[in-house]
Amino acid sequence: MSKQAQHWEKTRGLLIMTLAIWFVFSIGIFLFGAEMNEVTGPFGYPLTYWFTCQGSLGIFVILIFWFANRQEKIDEEFGFSERGDD
Amino acid sequence: MIKGNFIDNLPKVYGIYTGGFLGFIIIMSIAEQMGMTAKTIGICFVAFTVAIYAIIGYLSRTAQADAYYVAGRQVPTVFNGMATAADWMSGASFVAMAGGIYFKGYGYMALLVGWTGGYVLVASLLAPYLRKFGCYTVPDFIGTRYGGNLTRFLAVVVLTVASFTYVTAQINATGTIASVALDIPFQYAVYVGLVSILLCSMLGGMRGVTWTQVAQYIVLIIAYLLPVFWISNKMGAGFFPHFMLADEVSRIAELEAQFGFVKNSAENLKEVPKGLAGITKAHSAVNATPWAFISLALAMMMGTASLPHVMMRYFTTPSVKAARKSVGWSLFFIFLLYSSAPMLATLSKLSLIDPSLPTGIIGKSIAEVQAIDWYQNWNQANLMFVSDFNGNGTLELNEFFMGGKAVVLATPEIAGLPYVISGLVAAGGMAAAMSTADGLILAIANAISHDVYYKIIDPKAETAKRLVVARVLLVVIGFAGATIAAMEIQGILGSVIWAFDFAMSGLFFPLVLGVWWKRANREGAIAGMALGLISGAGYLIWVRNGGSGFLGITQLTFGIFGSAVSLVAMVVVSLITSAPSAATQKMVDEVRVPSGKSILGKQH
Repeated sequence: MSKQAQHWEKTRGLLIMTLAIWFVFSIGIFLFGAEMNEVTGPFGYPLTYWFTCQGSLGIFVILIFWFANRQEKIDEEFGFSERGDD
Repeated sequence: MIKGNFIDNLPKVYGIYTGGFLGFIIIMSIAEQMGMTAKTIGICFVAFTVAIYAIIGYLSRTAQADAYYVAGRQVPTVFNGMATAADWMSGASFVAMAGGIYFKGYGYMALLVGWTGGYVLVASLLAPYLRKFGCYTVPDFIGTRYGGNLTRFLAVVVLTVASFTYVTAQINATGTIASVALDIPFQYAVYVGLVSILLCSMLGGMRGVTWTQVAQYIVLIIAYLLPVFWISNKMGAGFFPHFMLADEVSRIAELEAQFGFVKNSAENLKEVPKGLAGITKAHSAVNATPWAFISLALAMMMGTASLPHVMMRYFTTPSVKAARKSVGWSLFFIFLLYSSAPMLATLSKLSLIDPSLPTGIIGKSIAEVQAIDWYQNWNQANLMFVSDFNGNGTLELNEFFMGGKAVVLATPEIAGLPYVISGLVAAGGMAAAMSTADGLILAIANAISHDVYYKIIDPKAETAKRLVVARVLLVVIGFAGATIAAMEIQGILGSVIWAFDFAMSGLFFPLVLGVWWKRANREGAIAGMALGLISGAGYLIWVRNGGSGFLGITQLTFGIFGSAVSLVAMVVVSLITSAPSAATQKMVDEVRVPSGKSILGKQH
């Protein structure tokens, strides 16, 4: 398998993992919104309520930075990273 | 004071700017103490900030195509994040979001999740690849990837439908704020708003818009956060509201249980001025079905990833790597405002309905409430209304009505903050609406000037001529938007949400599959864009004319239907027609590798 194909395979793997996490916090948990809201979440807010106003939003921010770092590692591994800028 | 090139000095330039703005707020509050009238303060805030944007717009003037279309591709990640956040957060986000949460609770908060979760799709599926492609506009990518003028043209059509739906609402918002702050009739204020918008974008194109949007973000985030923190502290709710409002949230639930949600008769509701609503939904309880929540969130997420005015901000970063990081920064800056909106809604609601607080009005006599100063002000502005439906002389929860905008606009006054905060909020709302309108008008004008005029009509046009065409279009589209906004067809054009549905119906799958599915071809893309947009729009028209809809898809989520049709059409048509040429497949391979030259040249 060529270097490029391997790079794309890893990139696709990272995409699937990123989208899986995204799915859980944007869609998955809200299937159980009513049940989850009975639980007390961080800072004492009802759990589902907390996810809608802070939790999911914050997780998305962290997820994007995590994704960007992982993708950079993959690019470096195959020598595909760009030179001299940021 | 400032040496060397502008980009290296950005933190310093915007640091001085932020300090200057804070200084201006302090000067204004001193002026208020010395007796400056509320009206003069409002005028000063709006005039001062707009003048600064205009100066930035003038300093950013350019005669080069790549500066005009993609800001010379040298905007650093963090600053591009701020610009995107301003581009993204519209007048609606700024003025109406807290109100939506206040009235609708959980059901509305699907928008918070949707409008942030979409950025994960932007970062992982599209932005870095479109940046590598090196396009100037979103149709530029569609046209080059799939080939042919028809694909390019259809992409321009989808972009124009989605962005134009959005932009009239923004020009309307700038007009509303300008008319209140400057005390002029709305019909003229709309054009004042438009001129302010064009001052930022006309001379410098994307470069001008970028640097004004950063300035606008700074104004709007200060204008949003300062009152939230101040009110929270003043009410004794907590020094850092985001982490400390659990007691307030549970107190609201307690009061809701105590008052109950009494349903008003249709006859009683006729008395209530149009546009005002009462509290009829629980604040923190789950009050929507899972599908209602998820379908709305999903439509907004896919819509986010298809809106060209957002996507084109990532064409301005210096590299592919920077484009990815920049999406993270964008969402971080958006998060600062979005996570504060529910806190403002909580503080606003509790301060009004809790009888044990001095500001609480529920349980007081109607006559007493009608005598309160701020009630009279906002009642006159048609944003508040009380009526004694049951005739017991006391104000009940179901007898109190408010406009959605009042949560952001009136809460500072109710909480007893000085007027300077209201002036600041007006400047923030203006910044939010202007920055989004600029991004949208530029997206439409650039797509028409670059993709229709230069790529299809006159490929030999000189750069100077192209930029003249681009600027003329900018003015024409701006005026068209303002003219429609001045007609005040509320309810039809006010629906920002429709823009997301239109964009996702026509563009989501053609964009995503263009990168992720090599087999996608021209015929498939044409079918995907045309059938997606037509079926989405058809569904909207059907539901608005009394159609029952299916699968719980409403006029707010019609994009789910449109994009499903688009996906099926694109896959089926691609598979029954021949595979894309070897050259196109090689182009897709190159897009997937971050290093190396971009597909389209620096000047094209």
